[in-house]
Amino acid sequence: MIDQVSVFLENKTGRLAELCRTLGSAGIDMHALMVADTEEFGVVRIICDTPQAARDLLDGSGFSASVTPVLAVEIPDRPGGLADVLEALGAKGVSVEYAYCFVEPLGAAAVDIFKVDAPGADAALAAAGFRALSPAELYTPDVV
Amino acid sequence: MFQPELEAMPRGELERLQVARAKDVLQRVYASVPLYTRKFDEAGFDPGSFTSLDDLKRVPFTVKDDMRSAYPYGMFAAPMRDIIRVHSSSGTTGQITVVGYTRGDIDRWSDLMARTYACAGATPDDVVQVTYGYGLFTGGLGAHYGSERLGALTIPVSGGNTKRQVQILKDFGVTVLACTPSYALLIAETAMEMGIDVRDLPLRIGVFGAEPWSESMRRQIEHAMGITAVDIYGLSEVMGPGVAAECVHQHGLHVFEDHFVIEIIDTETLERVPDGEYGEVVFTTLTKEGIPVIRYRTRDISRIIPEPCTCGRTFRRMERVTGRSDDMLIIRGVNVFPSQIEQVLGTIPGVAPHYLVVLSKKGSLDHVQVQVEVAPEYKIDEVRELERLQKRVKAEIESALAVSIEVKLVEPKTIARSEGKAKRVLDLRTDQGGA
Repeated sequence: MIDQVSVFLENKTGRLAELCRTLGSAGIDMHALMVADTEEFGVVRIICDTPQAARDLLDGSGFSASVTPVLAVEIPDRPGGLADVLEALGAKGVSVEYAYCFVEPLGAAAVDIFKVDAPGADAALAAAGFRALSPAELYTPDVV
Repeated sequence: MFQPELEAMPRGELERLQVARAKDVLQRVYASVPLYTRKFDEAGFDPGSFTSLDDLKRVPFTVKDDMRSAYPYGMFAAPMRDIIRVHSSSGTTGQITVVGYTRGDIDRWSDLMARTYACAGATPDDVVQVTYGYGLFTGGLGAHYGSERLGALTIPVSGGNTKRQVQILKDFGVTVLACTPSYALLIAETAMEMGIDVRDLPLRIGVFGAEPWSESMRRQIEHAMGITAVDIYGLSEVMGPGVAAECVHQHGLHVFEDHFVIEIIDTETLERVPDGEYGEVVFTTLTKEGIPVIRYRTRDISRIIPEPCTCGRTFRRMERVTGRSDDMLIIRGVNVFPSQIEQVLGTIPGVAPHYLVVLSKKGSLDHVQVQVEVAPEYKIDEVRELERLQKRVKAEIESALAVSIEVKLVEPKTIARSEGKAKRVLDLRTDQGGA
């Protein structure tokens, strides 16, 4: 599992920019960002370097941020690649709360992020021949 | 108890004292304040005929407008040379009113505020940080003189500069904090941001008042600060803080009945209601010299708790004020007190007790939006959790108020904090232009 930073935002002009600027000014590099929104508010999900530090920075800057463990999976870049992964999870009774995808510039594979509701998802994937990525493969982890 | 011989006086003796003092004050105001001379004459009430507290029913009420029209000094009952201080109402509603105090008034007020601290469990060994505003508002100086009268170390910080408040709280070894409950919450939050856990400090008592607050807010403050928080009550027209105070049993506020007669009236019929029933609180001051008030209608809604208290004080208790009839909002014909919203929010995990009610018109109908802060510690990752939270807040507020509302969840700490009395309502209905 990897760490994702989740931030609650009201739908106000410029608020997302303020969020990104806060991280940018602190030299925290973002790798992926996804916004889930309704009419009034949104939840921004971010994969970035040093997620724990990013959360603390945002909390201290007037944002409401938390860290959520999510699954990052390397998806073969071919038709049906994502379907294979989802079927492997489904076969083990793991359901996906939400998912989003990004392509790392250097790799031939895409990376998908899954919020799953059950433990054992890593094992289900490994058994089906897929690979869950470790934090260090995606971002600079926090120094503990 | 600060004055046990008075605070635990047998009821019969207390009532005899009240009758004697009431007769005296009625005669004094009749002789020296034109407003009362006129009112008593119009009502056919002769102060000389007063023999029992029941006779108060024949005495006309005094209302805020009487005090406004007497602005500034028209209701003073003592010669101006005997008045040594004035305060004014905090102006939360309408024009300010001026109240004057003689040396004797200040002396008695100090005693009553000393009782208030002692009621909360404070002693001369305590260190009291007074964060009520000093100035025309009665809160600061009232709390100050009482703390000194008790013999506690008194720190006159006044309001504002919350970080400095926290620093003093920590560095000065403060054990008693006196401020508004909403400011206490802001101090706790600010301390947390500064990396200071108030629970680790010697602070043990909170003496909070000047605005309505709820039981759930009390629990939240007590938890955040690791203290016993008591409610205190007063209003400048009657004296200022020190009219009634909760003891450590935290079940209603003992009215200092040797100085004030409390009545609860039905706001429609203006008749007294039986003990235990809700109505408007009415006070008659028994010992004030500068500006006595007779059957003053406070607009505060409460009830008498008739049962004796285990603390030993014989003064009857009034329940915490749930709302002021001036604060009452009329929304689509339904009476609503903002404090009801606070009470609901205190029971829902995931939201903070900070809220703002925005009233507007949609067509001819009142529209109510309640902005509620998401609690900073609430872990938010999924939109549907937020939607569930929003629905729950909406459903619970609607069921408490019996009015349909819109709930807007806002980011933590975005609703303006107040250093004095909290502003909970933004009424845009009157700004709709003259259509």
